[in-house]
Amino acid sequence: MSTILMPEPDEGILARRGEIVAALTAALPEGAVIHDPAETRAYECDALTAYRCPPLAVVLPRTTEEVAAAMRVCHGFGVPVVPRGAGTSLAGGALPTADSVIIATLRLREVLQIDTRNRFIRVQTGVTNLSVSAELEPLGFFYAPDPSSQLACTIAGNIAMNSGGAHCLKYGVTTNNLLGARMVLTDGSIVDLGGPEPGPMGLDLMGLICGSEGQLGIVTEATLRILPRPEGALPMLIGFDSAEVAGECVASIIRAGVIPVAIEYMDDVCLREVERFAKAGYPDCQAVLIVEVEGSPAEIEDQTARIRAIAEKLNPVEFRVSRNADESLAIWKGRKSAFGAMGQIGDYLCLDGTVPVSKLPFTLRRIGELSVQHGLKVANVFHAGDGNMHPLILFNANKPGDLEKAEAFGAEVLRLCVEVGGCLTGEHGVGIEKRDLMGAQYSPDDLTIQMQVKDAFDPGWLLNPAKVFPLEASRAHRGLG
Amino acid sequence: MTEDDLAEAIATAHDTRTAILIEGGGTRSHGTATLSTRAHSGIVTYEPGALTLIARAGTPVEEIEAALASEGQMLAFEPMDHRRVLGTNGTPTIGGVVAANVSGPRRVLAGACRDHLLGLRFIDGQGRILKNGGRVMKNVTGLDLGKLLCGSHGTLGVITEVALKTLPRPETVTTLAFQTTAAQAVDLFCTALGTPFEVSGAAWLDGAAYLRIEGLEAQVAYRAKRLSALLPGAEPAAPDWAAIRDAASFTGPLWRILCKPTDAPAICARLGGRVALDWAGGLIWYQGDADVRAIAPNSMQIGGPLPTAPGTETLVRNLRRQFDPAGILNPGLMGA
Ligand SMILES: Cc1cc2nc3c(=O)[nH]c(=O)nc-3n(C[C@H](O)[C@H](O)[C@H](O)COP(=O)(O)OP(=O)(O)OC[C@H]3O[C@@H](n4cnc5c(N)ncnc54)[C@H](O)[C@@H]3O)c2cc1C
Repeated sequence: MSTILMPEPDEGILARRGEIVAALTAALPEGAVIHDPAETRAYECDALTAYRCPPLAVVLPRTTEEVAAAMRVCHGFGVPVVPRGAGTSLAGGALPTADSVIIATLRLREVLQIDTRNRFIRVQTGVTNLSVSAELEPLGFFYAPDPSSQLACTIAGNIAMNSGGAHCLKYGVTTNNLLGARMVLTDGSIVDLGGPEPGPMGLDLMGLICGSEGQLGIVTEATLRILPRPEGALPMLIGFDSAEVAGECVASIIRAGVIPVAIEYMDDVCLREVERFAKAGYPDCQAVLIVEVEGSPAEIEDQTARIRAIAEKLNPVEFRVSRNADESLAIWKGRKSAFGAMGQIGDYLCLDGTVPVSKLPFTLRRIGELSVQHGLKVANVFHAGDGNMHPLILFNANKPGDLEKAEAFGAEVLRLCVEVGGCLTGEHGVGIEKRDLMGAQYSPDDLTIQMQVKDAFDPGWLLNPAKVFPLEASRAHRGLG
Repeated sequence: MTEDDLAEAIATAHDTRTAILIEGGGTRSHGTATLSTRAHSGIVTYEPGALTLIARAGTPVEEIEAALASEGQMLAFEPMDHRRVLGTNGTPTIGGVVAANVSGPRRVLAGACRDHLLGLRFIDGQGRILKNGGRVMKNVTGLDLGKLLCGSHGTLGVITEVALKTLPRPETVTTLAFQTTAAQAVDLFCTALGTPFEVSGAAWLDGAAYLRIEGLEAQVAYRAKRLSALLPGAEPAAPDWAAIRDAASFTGPLWRILCKPTDAPAICARLGGRVALDWAGGLIWYQGDADVRAIAPNSMQIGGPLPTAPGTETLVRNLRRQFDPAGILNPGLMGA
């Protein structure tokens, strides 16, 4: 039972299933097309597991040209295409429909070029986020955006969702670190956008592609900005007896002109579970901040002293600066295992709204009140420095009606984020999950112009239809009544 | 002039198929302006603790910079002032800065104007008042039209309001200077920017390469020391970074060329004439008679038409038709 509707599959396409599979198989090398239901099952959902549907077929190309060949076949038959990376989307961005073909980037795994003089790396987009940084490590460089899912998620998914991570406070999200992209359009043509030079001079099409959730084309290669690794980094842990004071501490640090690399927040519900699961040695209090600073030992000392002075005015229950590598690991350990720990106690819905940093205390209080009203527990663990909240709504998927309750609670929290000046999603994307809430943030005209941009790239609406835009609005826009 | 007035003027132009030339402060206008955002002015919200500023498009950049300075903050992308180069004397507005994605030397560290744009309001070619993005630091809700409008030079819509990320002003600034050729400068920039010392400006002009280091006091001293040890010939200097930003040593027709930094020396050699470098070699300023487009396609003459990246012509045309079906917004500025 679930509340988000997907359109009924097109009977005409389902009837031509055999022909479509044959055409794809003919256009692609052996082993690149999967259509046995036992195998397509593996692609029936992403990390929003409440919604599932096996696709008509799955294509696993190794080159841009193979992606283009698959696109041309789908275009010819008018078959919807769902681009897919590793399937870790939390928004249902990679959810197929029964009449769709998945084009996955899993086998596009080559590192094409590393240029430390001009500071970029060029990769096929099926490489995982972590493997990019692993390639760069021996050279003393790194790729900055670091989603918690970095072990699994691909650069393709990161670009499509404009993903962020804990260290984005200083280094920006994917869009600030993407220099160029090669993309296959719905008709199978290939375009190159951006590149290693600063740019562009004309329209910033690459900026538009980043975060477009597979609506505009399939990105097969990316040029990414790389950065020299900092000399050192040091995390500290600050515990507070009040969520509001912790929120205030975040705003004061930012205000003071010290921009740490990361400021992460965990509330009491989360702290207790994480302690049980990971034994990271966190204090038992209302809220913990993990703040990380970077630089040489002297620079780190200077920044730490400034942060200590700010925090101590707010009477923290604990101010713990890591003294060695083991302690640093321990401080991060709990944060990094937070999602896993919460998963141990049951199902959860992970929200992703962003609010202005100054509105954090108010929003946290309101979420607490809503939790009581809806009768569902919530845990907060998030990127506080940029106001990107991740309330985890806990529910029981086996209890009838609980998912619907959680979704209703979630929708109310997201509307709250918009009301206080924020947005529905800071880094996970809209997908199907927030599709029908878009009207809370955008007017009908605001949505129409976005749909017109899709028209310009994908006039037949073959790419990832029924995502991002409210279903009714997109049907009306496409003249489907 | 309110946003509604501007929208009405554009809707009328759309209905009567009248081309309009859009002007911000009139510092780099492309012909005679018939629609100015100048009168739609003023800071709407400034929240230093949230690093956010929202201003109407016609707000003078100077007004914004003064407001930020009073709180120890800045626009980290350091927009250049085109007046000296173009010999114009209008007042640069924030809307014009965003419409042209104007960024200065700090781009090498902090990113371009587009990286600091959190959201905007604009009017499309039919006179619809639209918004995209918001005012928060992280926002992936829907398509990012801000990136598209930023740098569109008014060809997709008239920007009426922008939300920008602000950053703390550095406590200390220092510059190291080196006597070099352009080619040696690029080599030095590549090395310097490959260190963790966060160089915030890397420019070369008149035989001298400059590296700027900014930050907390202890930090800057340490980084300058480490860089000097690594790069022979470093001398402390205090060049006018605003003049470097504005390419102020040039007067008259000037070309702006973007390239991969290590390609800059070869391009400069082929150009001849007078050159200066910014963005660690990624930006070449050029004055002379060479056929610039043949040597470096990613180039434009300041004040001239904008190039369209090869292969994207159809997409650009399709997009412009969606935003401006009657083709009235700054026609001719960006190819067709
Ligand atoms: C435990 C966990 C932690 C997470 N932590 C974070 C986090 O810290 N920060 C964060 O931002 N996200 C996080 N996420 C969300 C998710 O990992 C990101 O959205 C990620 O970028 C998705 O990558 P993927 O390869 O799995 O893409 P998928 O899930 O396969 O696809 C994501 C979207 O991209 C589209 N797409 C895929 N490939 C292409 C392509 N080649 N061209 C065009 N479009 C394409 C898909 O259609 C879909 O809409 C987390 C997820 C999990 C499960």
